[in-house]
Amino acid sequence: MIGIEHYVVVSSILFVLGVLGIFLNRKNIIVILMAIELILLAVNINLVAFSSFLGDLTGQIFAMFVLTVAAGEAAVGLAILVIYFRGRGSIAVDDVNRMKG
Amino acid sequence: MIHVFAFYLFAVITIASAVTTITARNPVHSVLWLILAFFNAAGLMVLTGAEFIAMLLVIVYVGAVAVLFLFVVMMLDIDFAELRAGFVKNFPLGLLVAIVLLAEMVLGIGAYRAGAMDLGTPDGAAATPAGASNIEAIGGLLYSRYLFLFEAAGIILLVAMIGAIVLTHRQRSDTRGQKISKQIMRRPDEATVNVKPEVGKGVQL
Repeated sequence: MIGIEHYVVVSSILFVLGVLGIFLNRKNIIVILMAIELILLAVNINLVAFSSFLGDLTGQIFAMFVLTVAAGEAAVGLAILVIYFRGRGSIAVDDVNRMKG
Repeated sequence: MIHVFAFYLFAVITIASAVTTITARNPVHSVLWLILAFFNAAGLMVLTGAEFIAMLLVIVYVGAVAVLFLFVVMMLDIDFAELRAGFVKNFPLGLLVAIVLLAEMVLGIGAYRAGAMDLGTPDGAAATPAGASNIEAIGGLLYSRYLFLFEAAGIILLVAMIGAIVLTHRQRSDTRGQKISKQIMRRPDEATVNVKPEVGKGVQL
């Protein structure tokens, strides 16, 4: 029988893969954004699984809010990426030092 | 039986496509693998009875976010070979961090199974009412108990939309746009003259 542990294992593997993706593709910001989406997906799987195994719908409501924030983050991130590319002609982010921060 | 089979099918495909998402050479392939991962994650959610969130995942991610990624990847003219230069160099460090994180999570799951933490029982205020479908229950909860959070989510989306438009909008010099202030400042007496010419005579301007 499939229990809550199975879902937690799947979502933790997905989360770790997302973090690994950020480390592996340190230059390519598009893949970094996709890895962040994977991390948020892992969080959503966790929320939904706990919500239905506990019989409490709050987790699914919060998964919806995570989805909202993820969509907004993708839109703004890609907009920043587009203006960055317009200014420099490249999206290599390992040498971003324009703002000298 | 079919429940177990479907779970392992969805779980294995989700994880495999996540692996290929982060290792694919071409970001276009990465986006397509990401879409597959989201589809199968939606399948996992359907298995637990959360149909609404699963369908939302398909609509929002496959229909909007993945298409946005594809659009940006294909619009920008990028040398992807150069971007992969540090892939092998970063691999050991990334793997180390990943293994540490995974070990922590395995520890957490082990502690949970050993009964280290009491999750508590839900108070029943957010339980699915008897006979109601998943979407009915979510709607009832969302428009009553979480109404203000729901509106805050709408404001977040509005701010993200305005932010994306403001960031990427640029004034182009070779187009002729509408000058709204000039249009509004026009007065009828400067613009037109009322004349009543007699029949057969011309109009003097």
